[in-house]
Amino acid sequence: MSILIDRNTRLVGQGITGKQGLFHARLMMEYGTNLVAGVTPGKGGQWILDDKVPVFDSVKVAVEATGANTSVIFVPAAYAVDSIYEAVDAGVRLIVCLTEWVPISDMLRVRNYIDQKEVRLVGPNCPGIITPGQAKVGIIPGDIAIPGNVGIVSRSGTLTYEVLFALKEAGIGASTCVGIGGDPINGTDFMDVLRMFQEDGRTEKIVLIGEIGGSDEEKAAEFIGRHVTKPVVAFIAGQSAPPGKRMGHAGAIVEGGTGTAIEKIRALEAVHVRVAKHPEQIPSLL
Amino acid sequence: MNLHEYQTKRIFLDHGIPTLLGDVAATPSEAKTAADKLGGRVVVKAQVLAGGRGKAGGIKVAANSGEAQQAAASILGMQINGLPVRKVLIDPAAEIEREIYLGITNDRAARKAVMIASAEGGVEIEEVARRNPTKIVRQHINPLYGLRSYEVRDLALSVDLPRPHWETFIRVAQKLWEVYQQNDATLVEINPLVITKDGKLIGLDGKMSIDDNALARHPELEALRDHDVEEATETEAKTHGLSFIKLGGDIGCMVNGAGLAMATMDIIKLYGGEPANFLDIGGGAEAEKVSAALGIILQDPQVKAILINIFGGITRCDEVARGILAALDQIEVRVPMVARLVGTNAQEGRDLLAGAHMITASSLIDAAEKAVAASKGL
Repeated sequence: MSILIDRNTRLVGQGITGKQGLFHARLMMEYGTNLVAGVTPGKGGQWILDDKVPVFDSVKVAVEATGANTSVIFVPAAYAVDSIYEAVDAGVRLIVCLTEWVPISDMLRVRNYIDQKEVRLVGPNCPGIITPGQAKVGIIPGDIAIPGNVGIVSRSGTLTYEVLFALKEAGIGASTCVGIGGDPINGTDFMDVLRMFQEDGRTEKIVLIGEIGGSDEEKAAEFIGRHVTKPVVAFIAGQSAPPGKRMGHAGAIVEGGTGTAIEKIRALEAVHVRVAKHPEQIPSLL
Repeated sequence: MNLHEYQTKRIFLDHGIPTLLGDVAATPSEAKTAADKLGGRVVVKAQVLAGGRGKAGGIKVAANSGEAQQAAASILGMQINGLPVRKVLIDPAAEIEREIYLGITNDRAARKAVMIASAEGGVEIEEVARRNPTKIVRQHINPLYGLRSYEVRDLALSVDLPRPHWETFIRVAQKLWEVYQQNDATLVEINPLVITKDGKLIGLDGKMSIDDNALARHPELEALRDHDVEEATETEAKTHGLSFIKLGGDIGCMVNGAGLAMATMDIIKLYGGEPANFLDIGGGAEAEKVSAALGIILQDPQVKAILINIFGGITRCDEVARGILAALDQIEVRVPMVARLVGTNAQEGRDLLAGAHMITASSLIDAAEKAVAASKGL
């Protein structure tokens, strides 16, 4: 087992006819992901990726024609929100939005809309999801992770790769790795993924990679204390970050004295989560 | 991005929020003219994007235009929290009966905007929250339905606002929500919102922050940016598509990815060093970008060593290495450089850098130890 994506995932790529999208679509397909369709308005009827993947004008048509159940969004920020709504209304059950720079006000509306629907959004501003050996949706490099029993959830991109790679070097594999993204308002939070890992038969241990800003890690700690029986190891980035400055990610900012790394570490340690001092310490704590 | 008081209040007036607003002055004589135009008592207020301007002496009441000129002369050129005061706002003085606070921000945990009101206005809301948290009332705003008048009435009741002011208060609150939405704000505040002695509800001071993610669709707000609040190097970095923040230590950092950049700063500190900056070069690895990044790091005379930490995923390490070599052709680097390349094409990247007098590191710990040692001349 795994969470969110596996061999049965039928993926539609929104905006995969562009240069970046096409590049990553090929990597996803080569990894073994079942990429069944692309969507680019105006390019319906074309075939891409060595004529293996049909392109449709809308997600609705793509879903009807191919039975796609998951969407990945490579669309630029100005159009990404529209693409999320389109995917929701077309009835896919999982949407992974990689796009960075989506306005917060748009995400507030999206989030309140999808909360009324049976759909899960991961992202925006995230690297995507990988279930090693089965499928990857997004841009996480395929060769840095091996199949295993550790579930990983992270707000970061390359820092997640670093951890996956450190685990692989130590011979430790991942059940699924989920990048939830670095924006202040997103579709899926730590708690959502922790709940799925707790219920997943394949996942035996969990790694949580957080960073400064917001209170998602504190909420995760509360949830772990109450509902998670599997061992959790964490790392929080940004202990040396100054207050009031946005550290690259839109959500990574210490505001009014809250959202500091030390508060998050204390909250996690209080529920017996082992917090690593640096990413390379994580394998030894598992 | 934060807006000045005068910029915020112009937006308030555009939306019909009753606000006292005079003219902005950059010199004492301009301040006198502005005060003459208003007549009577005025308030001279430093326009600076720093908290605590009142305590720092940046706000003065003047009985006439002569006093306003003197007040402006003393405020202009002041430094408040390290920022120069370049402009003052000359507002008419109000006769205040009562002060309250009204603001909107995002509640990340609830995924909704939240309107906040407090019976105690004129002081920073964070201070009220610490000292007297029960004085603060909150109302979440569903972005799909907007702010309903009954919700605002609840707030009015909670802050004990006299009933004759409710109608205006509801209009002000709903206009404030309109300002918040239409400008992609992450914070708007009317503080204080006052009842004047002649019975008017009117905003005396305003504060506003705009979502950086949304500035692309608000060129009119981007044009209001005050570059004094960022280091010149931070502004320069932005033009190259780099995310850079100066920190004050002596180990320059160049990393791909924001989370990894923070983790790299943290491990430097863990091993006894001090990071000079946060720098995320993003996904690209073009020589031009790498070169610009190195140039920006080296503008800081405190930098004694540089740590380059690249996790090659989609970004290929050999491309980054070529970028570094090309950068070294363009600029002279006088401090030791530690490079750690891991992931896609890492070996090719390391081979390319082997001839460039660079200290190479394999693990993150190794890189941190070597960079800290290099910064101490060891």
